[in-house]
This record gives sequence, C-alpha cells and structure tokens, in this order.
Amino acid sequence: MSPSDLLIIPFDDWINLLVRDWLVPNFRPLFRAMQVPITFVLNVLDDFFALVPMLVMTAAFALLAFRYAGRGTALFTLLGFIFIDMIGLWPETMTTLSMILTSVFFCTVIGIPVGILAARSNVLWKITRPTLDIMQTIPSFVYLVPIVMLFGVGMAPGIIATIIFALPPIIRLTNLGIRNVRGDLIEAAEAFGSTSWQMLIEVQFPLALRTIMAGLNQTLMLALSMVVIAALIGAGGLGLVVNTGLGRLDVGGATAGGVGIVILAIVLDRITQGLGEQQGVPTVSLRQALVSLFRLRPQAAAETGKAG
Amino acid sequence: MVAKLQVNDVFKIFGNDPKEALRRLREGEDKQTIFEATGQTVGVQNASFEVGEGQIFVVMGLSGSGKSTLVRMLNGLIRPTGGEILIDGEDVASCSEATLRRIRREKIAMVFQHFALFPHRTIAENAAYGLKIKGIGAAERRQRAVATLDQVGLGAWADSLPSELSGGMQQRVGLARALATDPQILLMDEPFGALDPLIRKEMQEELLVLQRRLKKTIIFITHDLNEALMLGDRIAIMKDGRFVQVGTAQEIVSNPADDYVSAFVADIDRGRVFTAAHVSDDPAHVELGTDNAEDAIRVMEDLNRNALYVLDGNEIAGVVTYQQLVTADRDSGSAGTPLAELLITEYPTTDLDTQLADLYGPASAGLPIAVTDADNRLVGVVEPESVFAQLSTENGADKNENSDDRPLSATQAAQ
Repeated sequence: MSPSDLLIIPFDDWINLLVRDWLVPNFRPLFRAMQVPITFVLNVLDDFFALVPMLVMTAAFALLAFRYAGRGTALFTLLGFIFIDMIGLWPETMTTLSMILTSVFFCTVIGIPVGILAARSNVLWKITRPTLDIMQTIPSFVYLVPIVMLFGVGMAPGIIATIIFALPPIIRLTNLGIRNVRGDLIEAAEAFGSTSWQMLIEVQFPLALRTIMAGLNQTLMLALSMVVIAALIGAGGLGLVVNTGLGRLDVGGATAGGVGIVILAIVLDRITQGLGEQQGVPTVSLRQALVSLFRLRPQAAAETGKAG
Repeated sequence: MVAKLQVNDVFKIFGNDPKEALRRLREGEDKQTIFEATGQTVGVQNASFEVGEGQIFVVMGLSGSGKSTLVRMLNGLIRPTGGEILIDGEDVASCSEATLRRIRREKIAMVFQHFALFPHRTIAENAAYGLKIKGIGAAERRQRAVATLDQVGLGAWADSLPSELSGGMQQRVGLARALATDPQILLMDEPFGALDPLIRKEMQEELLVLQRRLKKTIIFITHDLNEALMLGDRIAIMKDGRFVQVGTAQEIVSNPADDYVSAFVADIDRGRVFTAAHVSDDPAHVELGTDNAEDAIRVMEDLNRNALYVLDGNEIAGVVTYQQLVTADRDSGSAGTPLAELLITEYPTTDLDTQLADLYGPASAGLPIAVTDADNRLVGVVEPESVFAQLSTENGADKNENSDDRPLSATQAAQ
C-alpha cells in the first residue's frame, strides 16, 4: 500500500501541457525577441575577438593580469594562451570567451539591479531567495529541454542557459553587499537629507562594490562551467570540442578542449579576483575603477602616492 | 528667548500595535507592564521641552533610557508615534518625506557616536557630503569643506582617508561634516563617547570654544553627567524613556528631583559645577579716603566678617583684616588709625564665571576673594569658608545654614 495506489499525479503531463501547449505556441515570438540583444552583444564581441590578432590579445590579457594579479599570473597567461594557440584551439577559445563575456554582461545587467532592489525590500528578497535557490539547485539539463523548445538551438539559447545558471551569485552578493553597509553610515547619509538614489550612488554601491565584485567573479566561474553543457544545445567554442571528443571517444580532443577551458578559467578568475581586491581599496569609485582599468600601473601608483 | 526647537508630548513606541500601548501608557501603566502585556517597547514617553536659539540642551541618560531614540526623532530618522516636534514652527513629526529632506539639508545636521565617516571618501569629501547632497558644485563644495575643516584644525588632512586619522580627529571630521552645511541645529549623539578620556576633555573644551563663535542650537546626548554639566545650558535627565528632571547644571546638582538623580549627582565634582557667582556675597567695603579703622571694624562686626575690601573711588585699594585693625588700634591707643597704613595690597581676585575648583588655591590664603567685573570693579566677595561649604554635598545648596554653624563651632572650640 502506498499513496500512489490511491492517486497518480500526472505531473509530467502538466508540465508538458504548460510548456508545449501553452508557452511555446503563445509566447514563442516573445522568447525569440529576447534573443535579439543577446545575439547582438555576442556578435559584437565575437567579431571583435576574431579581428584582434592572437598576439595582441595575449599581450592585452598578460598586461591585465600583470596589473591586477601580479607577475606570476601574467607569465601564466602568456604561456597558457600560447599553448592554446599551439594546440590549435585559439578560435574556439575566443568563441568561448565571447560567450562567457556575453553571459556575464547580461548577468551583471540583470543581477546588480535585482540585487539592489532585493536589498531594499524584504518582501522582494523573500521572493528572490527561493527562486535563486531553485536556479542553483535544479540540474541544468532539466531546463535545457524547455530552452530548446522556446528558443531553439544555437549560441543564443546556450547563453540563456548559462545566464540562468550563473545569475544567482551576483544577485546574492549584491544583496549581501548592500545590506552589509554599516547602519550608521546609512543613518548619516539619511541625516544629511540624501534621497534614496543619492544614498545608493554615494554610499551603498561604492561600499558594496567589493562584495559585488566577488559575486561577479563567482558568476564568471559558473558561466565557464556551463560551457560544455551549453554546447549540447548548439553553442560552439571549447565546449563543442569537448563534446565532440566525448561523442567520438576521442580522449585527446576532449582533454585539449578541457585544458583550454581550465587555462581560460584560471586567467579570468585571477584577473577578476585582483580587480575585486583593488575595489577593496576604499577610495575607488565605479568611475575611477573603470578609468583605472585602462590606465597603466605606474600612473595609478603615482596617484596613490599623491593622495597619501 | 526664541524657541528654535520645540518638542511637545512626544511618544515613541516600538512594535506592531503602538495604539494599544499608547492607550495603556495614558492610563498610567509603566514601561515594564506594557511590555509584558502587549510586547510593545516604549522608547520615549511624554517628552516635552524647548531649546532656545544658540543654547546647548543636553539629554543625559544611561543606555536604554531612550535618549538616542529621542534625538533621532528630532531629524525624523525615527518617526514618533505621537506628539509634535516643531523646528521654526514646522512639524517634523508629521511632515512629508520631501519636507523632511529639505529640513535635513537646510537646518539640522547630526554628529554620530562612532563618527560614521564614509570610508571610501577623503576627509574633504566627507566634510562636503551634505553640500554634495544639496547639489552644490564641486569647486564651491571643496572650498567650503576645507574652510570648515580649518575651523576644526584639520585643513591639512583634507586629502587623507578617514582610516588614516585617530578617533579624535575622525570625530572632528564628523563635526566638520555637520557644520559644513551651516545648519542652525546640531544633533550630537554621544559624539565623544567613543573617545579616550583626555581626548574627550579636549573635544568638549573645543566644542565650547567653537560654540562661542558659531552659536548653534545644539542637542547633545551623553551618558556622562560630568559632560552634561560641563556643556549644557540646560540638562534633561532621562530614565525609561521619560524626563526625570530638566534644569540647569546648578539646579540639578543642588536640587535633584528624585533618588535616581541624586545617585548620579552624588559623584559629581561640585567644584566644577558651581562658579564664584553662586557663593559671592554682597561687595561690602569701606572707602580709603573717608573711612578709618574704627569704621571698618564696625562694618565687619555688623556683617560678621573677618576682612573687608577697601576701595579708592572705583579702584580696589586693598584689603584689611579684623585681626590687624584691632591690633593696630591697641598698639596706637587710638581707634582712628588711617586704613592706608594697614592695607594688604596682595589680595586674591576672580571673576563671576570662575569655577569653584579654581578658587581652592586663592581661598586657602585665608583672605576673602575679590570678585571683579571686566572693568576691574568689585562686584562681590567670596569668603574662603563659603567656597568649601558649597562643596559639601549635604548642605552645599544652603549657604546660610553653614554660616549659622560657624559661630556655634567657634563657641564649642572656646569651651
């Protein structure tokens, strides 16, 4: 005797009904339209990375690594990228990179505002939190099917799957960062007559930036881990190399793709972590951070010296 | 006196059902009973006071007495449950968010216990925060911020970060930030509570010096009665969200409203609360040109004093003692010795605002202390005995009681 003897719930049929017979016929155009900005950003990045010669790109990354993560990482970046090129995976790596950056871009654009709003409203956070829990715990294979049904196959659906998977940390940590800003600072800002927008821009966001950067780093890492899975629904790049290797039992090909992903992951992780650390220096505003990103190290050092 | 800030019957109740708690409160139930019955916490009850322009009003209470809640209601950081708070006639308790923001930008600034400086901004940017919020341009902002920092002696640190400054310096920045917008009212929530005792003393003195020039209306919160007595033009003692006593430092020390206040006042250095003005007697004197020793002796006997000041016109010529006059008369055999021969020209002087603690030295010489005004005229006389009498807690408030004691003990000594 078990409850199923009494009643069988056709849960799978309900979902089928919901997705196949209601969402797909009624909302497909909407979902298609959602891909447009993603495809646009992806194409811009893809074209850019395809255009820039391999050596220039390597030099640029090595330089970034040198500025934000030190000499060791710079050397690793240099050797790693050269190695990727030598094993013939440079174009795939660039495709993966543009995919990742597109996903992270959209995660940031969606995640930071959602995180900020969630931090300001306990009700919204109560709704957001379980949603994020579901997004993080649900196996990504589960939502690949509806994504394919709604968006089709290709790069953009792959990126959408990646965004769903990688979005939670940046929302969580933005929320955390904003909420953790010291109460007396909020009170002080309020006591001087700040509007809530001024409070956000002048006090909360700058002070939460370090935590938000940690969230960005997490999001980036999760996006990288989705590369192979996204390739299942038609996204290209290193994930495809791994998948092809898997399909053909080509251990060499799969490993080569894997190594490429790992190298890319290490480089991006170190650079964004270094970036986050630098945000920790309390002087840096968002604008300054963006400016300093494009400035060479000695100048920045000179500026700090002047201030101190 | 114009009331800059007037608080009428303000209540604050924390919890989900303030109405019920308010009703019980009006029926006379106390904080504890209400909390047990309804779960509502009474933060502040029935607070009414007014602060005149340029006054320092100190609210003194222990932690949990509701003093921080009270000060936060004055600028709307906490909205009161009932009552009104009028700043220049505008009610902060019930105004809109927009009005509140305007009042905060224009009229009222706050200094916090733990400084609450923005760690990501330089000292100048911190000081300029209120100006930035008001939408003042970068150049003017910087110039005004640095000018205010100069006032608190930190102009040279404009481009440092708060973390590079010591606690005392950080609080100066907090003060500069509040002063930069030139508010009329300054709320100070235990501003010196987190500082070392020496630095605290220094800051208190500095605040008084600044206040002499700026003449802000200040609401100052503290848990330290000494600080309250030193700074406050008027002082409110708070307990369980209520004002137990409101008055000047002298009123509170000499006339505690209940045991709670007495317990606080017991440890107070009375020498720092009372001034020469409180113990000064009428400036009885004799004239150098017209009066002689006999006249002086008669005046002294009438007033029951041991010494008397001698004036030459408006100037103090010196002081003569009873002992000396009597001896001189006996030696010369006549009662009319000219005062000029007996004058002691080294005599202690003070002014009305001098604290009793600073009179211990002069008083120990045994001569009465001449109290003079700015033009060096004699306006009062402080007998050495009355300096010390005022310091004794029990009878200090009533000087006559002490003077009555004196002849009695003299008689006892004679027996």
